[in-house]
Amino acid sequence: MAILTREEAKKIIDKVLAFSKADEVSVGLSGDRTGNIRYARNSVSTSGETSDLSLSVTSVYGKKSGTATINEFDDASLEKTVRRAEEIAKLAPDNPEYVPMLGAQQYAEGKAFAQSTADINPEYRAQAAFNSIDPCVKKNLTAAGYMEDSAGFSAMGNNKGLFGYNKSTSVDFSITVRTADGKGSGYVTRDYNDASKLNTSAATEIAMQKALASANTKALEPGKYTVILEPTAAADLLLNMMRSMDARSADEGRSFLGKKGGGTRLGEKLFDERITIYSDPMNAEIPGAPYSFDGRPQEKVVWVDKGVVKNMSYSRFWAEKQGVKATPPAGGFIFEGGNESIADLIKGTEKGILVTRFWYIRAVDPQTLLYTGLTRDGTFYIENGQIKYPVKNFRFNESPVIMLNNVEAIGKPVRASGSLVPPLKIRDFTFTSLSDAV
Amino acid sequence: MAGLGTGAFMLPGLAMGRTVSPEAFLEPGADVAVKKRLADAALNAAKSKGASYADVRIGRYLNQYVVTREDKVQNIVNTESYGVGVRVIANGCWGFAAVVDVNNEAQMAKAAEDAVAIAKANSRLMKEPVQLAPQKGFGEVSWKAPIKKNGFEVPIKEKVDLLLSVNDAAMKNGANYVNSVLFLVNEQKYFASTDGSYIDQDVHRIWPIFNITSIDPKSGKFETRNALSSPMGMGYDYLQSNPADKVTGITTRYNMGYDMLEDATAAAKQAKEKLTAKSVEAGKYDLILDPSHLWLTIHESVGHPLELDRVLGYEANFAGTSFATLDKWQSKNFQYGSKQVNLIADKLQVGSLGAVGWDDEGVNTKKWDLVKDGVLVNYQAIRDQAHIIGEKESHGCCYADSWSSVQFQRMPNVSLAAGKAPLSVDEMIKDVKKGIYIIGDGSFSIDQQRYNFQFGGQLFYEIKDGKIVGMLKDVAYQSNTQEFWNSCVQVCDEKDYRLGGSFFDGKGQPSQSSAVSHGSSTARFNGVNVINTARKI
Repeated sequence: MAILTREEAKKIIDKVLAFSKADEVSVGLSGDRTGNIRYARNSVSTSGETSDLSLSVTSVYGKKSGTATINEFDDASLEKTVRRAEEIAKLAPDNPEYVPMLGAQQYAEGKAFAQSTADINPEYRAQAAFNSIDPCVKKNLTAAGYMEDSAGFSAMGNNKGLFGYNKSTSVDFSITVRTADGKGSGYVTRDYNDASKLNTSAATEIAMQKALASANTKALEPGKYTVILEPTAAADLLLNMMRSMDARSADEGRSFLGKKGGGTRLGEKLFDERITIYSDPMNAEIPGAPYSFDGRPQEKVVWVDKGVVKNMSYSRFWAEKQGVKATPPAGGFIFEGGNESIADLIKGTEKGILVTRFWYIRAVDPQTLLYTGLTRDGTFYIENGQIKYPVKNFRFNESPVIMLNNVEAIGKPVRASGSLVPPLKIRDFTFTSLSDAV
Repeated sequence: MAGLGTGAFMLPGLAMGRTVSPEAFLEPGADVAVKKRLADAALNAAKSKGASYADVRIGRYLNQYVVTREDKVQNIVNTESYGVGVRVIANGCWGFAAVVDVNNEAQMAKAAEDAVAIAKANSRLMKEPVQLAPQKGFGEVSWKAPIKKNGFEVPIKEKVDLLLSVNDAAMKNGANYVNSVLFLVNEQKYFASTDGSYIDQDVHRIWPIFNITSIDPKSGKFETRNALSSPMGMGYDYLQSNPADKVTGITTRYNMGYDMLEDATAAAKQAKEKLTAKSVEAGKYDLILDPSHLWLTIHESVGHPLELDRVLGYEANFAGTSFATLDKWQSKNFQYGSKQVNLIADKLQVGSLGAVGWDDEGVNTKKWDLVKDGVLVNYQAIRDQAHIIGEKESHGCCYADSWSSVQFQRMPNVSLAAGKAPLSVDEMIKDVKKGIYIIGDGSFSIDQQRYNFQFGGQLFYEIKDGKIVGMLKDVAYQSNTQEFWNSCVQVCDEKDYRLGGSFFDGKGQPSQSSAVSHGSSTARFNGVNVINTARKI
């Protein structure tokens, strides 16, 4: 059984801590059961299931640290692992940035575990794939998809009294539907903690509609366009930006948050005042872990408030050096929005482009957060509040910072890539060339 | 996808196995006789349960990463992973099972039985049975990468000292920040199959990299310059460069030996120079592309689109499909590039990341043409795909990134052949009226069928009337694969030929990583669209 209870995990961790002779020692214990099913050309290509349970010990002498891992749990193996971590630590060079381990912490109870996901078995996966493939076969369309589900726990403890335990589940599904002639392609992706929310047939239905509607494209000239980014597309760009909120890079002057003449842009209004972004591990739709990798409690953090940068993430070392609170990086983000659906946003658009998703996004310039990438699997021209026709895919070169200053409208947030992201209507989005890809 | 960019220092999410002490790397793996006995147990169990074919991979995978910044060691990662993957065909369908830390025949037989059970269960969802190209058995054979110095035998201290001296050289020459990493990989792989092969192989890879940042505090601008090293299928000898390994010119580039200290010294100065370089004027330019840059363009626009599984639609939901469809290949006249363009797949090239004696399904490796005199002539195919392109044997490019992963078609080394006529870089530049000379790889992005791409670089030099007139910045070029390769007018001769490569190329769901080299000499492409990437925020 890969998912241990809090009590079972604590018993093992306490046993390992008792073997330690080092100045400081921390123990991580985690286990999960992960399964997947992959299909293409309307047929299952691979499927599998693995389970794992592993323990890692980090021993510290002064500023030297060493880690050893094991997946056997008899007393002799556990003690051997502690000794090995201690040996590695003694051989390691001093880490001048080492910060002593945290003591006992208060953590909220995690909400990221759903029994429905933990119960997934090979039959469930085969049925989920069948529900996605079968409608495509009936309409002479070609399905390629992937579902991966995971159920697990993680626990950590140290010799300073810290102990944390969390259980979580996740299911990720994506489906690409192509027309038989290869001229149309549609895509949908869904991610949940609770698999009872996943309906692969309903998701596939949307991808099928996009595939059929996106065939026989017209080419528009590249240039600046008003775009409506579906949440999947918006998430791709916005999450890249949120992963660049590290304070140290900004303080060092090598981030988009670095300031001319030194310092950071913390407190500056960098975006439209309608932009508010926060994280909350207790959010019911995107529940996160109650603590970070190094044991810091995860709390609600407002990163951007009405366009103003309010927080950046810190390592414990950097926070101590700067004399500020050590806010850990967040898991998922909540981008505040309104109540409008994608359909509402389309209705209110005179001329624009609807983007289903982006593809192959890569940083071009870290200073301005300029990214390049392409539209994919359903790009449409909108005129007078209606989708008129599918258009050829574009390459874009755009910065999410510039984008969030060109906001026309913000719709209702939905879960995408582990965050709550609204559809966004953005003016002057920069498309730099056309692609023949379908 | 090229996976980890050289500018990134995030380690990929590989299941790397358990953490060990560096001394554990020097312990020998299981003896060949033991591995044969274990393998036979699995092969016999598979056959007795009704498998028509079975193969076994017993793998020991060692990784060592040394990570530093400025005067500090940030992390030293030592991992070892050992286990077995058993793949079978039963009822015409593939089945696979893997098991960690195997040491007895009963575990092997159980894994084989599980694989057969999975194959039989999956055969109900199968549309047509697997067709496996015939493969003769090789008996008991072995292959070892021809390394001169095993990186795992070099003390950690020596590696730390090297990286810290590299960082020190960068800081002394004007860098504000420097990160450096040394990656070492050793795959000890044993393969056995019901075809009668027992193959023992020892593969080594190395990749030293750095990233140097220079900041202008007044303007708040910063620029970076990454290492011009290449990941190689070599030992620690790659870090002991001879003068013969160096290509001098506007900046020094490296062949089969890399002088990390020298490159970091140059890089620090160049990162600073970039701060005041001229911002490029967008427009059409003739591009002179150094092998340290061109490898990535080859990888994305030739390597990936000619993977047969992509062409057939097996990667449609993730990496995508390919513009290089079967009808284009069947026409025998699809002009992939100009007549100067010869692109070769190669699993033999010494020092390359793709070189092995046999692939991960027991096929002896070889070399074959993909694009000949500009025309598309072949793909990359493995045993269960060869019949689709009318071939009688596999190309030998099957790979799994771990004993626990299922092997599938992966990119062999794909390289641009050197020009036949004598031609140096200086001679090539002399004829260019308005051009840009690009060295090193940078930002990269390509669409899901591999038509439209955009590439950046590390160093950009403006060429006017046959002469390099200064450094440029904010450069990226955009093109279409077929248009781009047809704009290739010249390739320098073999004296300029060098390898580049990707250490972490990702493909598949769940994603697997592989390492692959791409060689070329400097090449000229006329009239390519260049954009200016400068923005204000």
